[in-house]
Amino acid sequence: MIELDGVTVAYHGRPVLRDIDLTIRAGERVALIGPNGAGKSTLLRAITGLVRPATGEVRLDGTPIERLPRSMIARRLAVVPQQAALPFATRVEEVVALGRLPHEDPIRGARPADRAATAAAIERVGLGHLLGRDARELSLGERQLVLLALAVAQAAPVLLLDEPTVHLDLRHQVGAMELLVDLNDRDGTAIVAVLHDLALASLFFPRLVLIDRGRLIADGSPAEVLTDERIRDVFGVDPSIVRRAAPLVPTAIETPLA
Amino acid sequence: MTATTADERAPRPARIAARAFGRPAGRVVAIGIGGVVALGTALVLGVALGTVAIAPGDTLAILAHRLFGLDVGATWAPQTETIVWDLRLPRVLTAMTVGAGLAVAGTAFQGLLRNPLADPYVLGTASGAALGAAIAVVIPIRATILGFGLIHAFAFAGALAAVFTVYRLSRIGGLSPLTSLLLTGYAVGSLLAAGLAMAMYLSGAALRQIFAYLLGGFDTAGWAQLGAALPLVALGSGLILLRARSLDGLLLGEEAAVHLGIDVRRERAIMLALASLVTAAAVAVSGLIGFVGLVVPHLVRLAVGPGARRVLPLAAIGGAALLAFADLAARLLGEIPVGVVTAVIGAPFFLSLLRRTRTGYEL
Repeated sequence: MIELDGVTVAYHGRPVLRDIDLTIRAGERVALIGPNGAGKSTLLRAITGLVRPATGEVRLDGTPIERLPRSMIARRLAVVPQQAALPFATRVEEVVALGRLPHEDPIRGARPADRAATAAAIERVGLGHLLGRDARELSLGERQLVLLALAVAQAAPVLLLDEPTVHLDLRHQVGAMELLVDLNDRDGTAIVAVLHDLALASLFFPRLVLIDRGRLIADGSPAEVLTDERIRDVFGVDPSIVRRAAPLVPTAIETPLA
Repeated sequence: MTATTADERAPRPARIAARAFGRPAGRVVAIGIGGVVALGTALVLGVALGTVAIAPGDTLAILAHRLFGLDVGATWAPQTETIVWDLRLPRVLTAMTVGAGLAVAGTAFQGLLRNPLADPYVLGTASGAALGAAIAVVIPIRATILGFGLIHAFAFAGALAAVFTVYRLSRIGGLSPLTSLLLTGYAVGSLLAAGLAMAMYLSGAALRQIFAYLLGGFDTAGWAQLGAALPLVALGSGLILLRARSLDGLLLGEEAAVHLGIDVRRERAIMLALASLVTAAAVAVSGLIGFVGLVVPHLVRLAVGPGARRVLPLAAIGGAALLAFADLAARLLGEIPVGVVTAVIGAPFFLSLLRRTRTGYEL
């Protein structure tokens, strides 16, 4: 579905990604992990065609992505932006409805099916209590959920997320993760998420891709990828800290969800 | 908006569907109908009132006679018909055309530049048009093209040349496209303003004519001006409306718009060109009228939300009605500049609305 073939990306001559080979198949759930500045967000931008590789190729369903019109890409890839600024007062439901733009009739606008998809996304992410509010007045975490709902409304076969949980409290972090798992299980949506939290990544994602200094270091199950040596070498922390912190997490998951 | 939003139960999809886009479509229709009624009122009053008052009945009868060939018994003097048909009607219609054009262009510029302070003149259109008009006044050539004065033609060309220059220059350098566009607009505008000051300094006795153009007004409006402006404004505004989707996509920023399937670079170039064409057509016939293009889009957004498919037509109606009424007021007050009227009526109204509405910039 998504194939990266020897992708190298450079900003102002400085390579940020080097020779990345990566394949993401339909219905997979993949977390991109790695330290700050490793190139995870750039990798996401390369997958969506926002940055063009200096060498190598990104293919979407077999076609090089730069040959596809943006309207067609938007029906296959939904992207949850990290944050976004709104210039005008905009209600939560109006922001979520923007996810339907790729499906709307360009002349007539939203149809009943689009409105139904917007309403379903609002319910699925649990934003019913925020309807009618100006999205600019919400907390950072609430805005993150609104943007997540927008991408859910977009209903593309692949959902890409850049740090979807940074501003969320523990309950909503777990809630967002369970939503991703549900989208993956029930709708068959492939999920590709950049995550910092190694515990969340290994609990909810069967496949981890570890990036460091622009290179793909490891690709596999959490147990295969997060070895003691890698935690020490790549993240620069004593692995025992991560190991001791991890047992705390399952307790948190038992917290009842909204 | 109401207390019902504090709903404790998990809303079912049907309920959400009814409330999604919480502003009901009926409200849009109601505002649209109200706007059209205001437009009709402005048309009749604008034709009836003036130094010579004409009874609304006669006004309607003359319009019915000339427009539809209806003969309702000619009870008016021929000069009344001249005043209605040749002087006041084209003037009112020109004011409406310019008002609609400025409001649509303002909506488009605010959406494209993602800046609530943008107005139709943000990319140098105003200074370009002003310099063009001043040059037309200063050069010793007098010509009329299809009843269309040199001053209008030069203003139109100046406005378009200014935007084109700003757009070309803004694509050089490493700034983000939006910042670069705004800063280039400011720099080029300042340079053109210097040229305008020089032209005014050199103009001698013609200074008043340049000044009259800068203040804006419809006292010279006739069928020729309307015939030149209306097709450009209508065509440009219609094409902008057809691309309303790109304005919606840009609400969340350029990157988000790309992810929503908008080819941002191409759409921005097309929309900037269309909005500039509409602005140039408007300023060429009316001179520089501020406020309408800045404020009308905001008023409409406060009522119906930011969706461009709703905002654009309502802004066109609102801008047309506002400027027609403002021109009527200007006329009744003894031909004072219409820009003064739009600012004096509009600014306090707008300020009071802003005070009642939460404003902010960040999402």
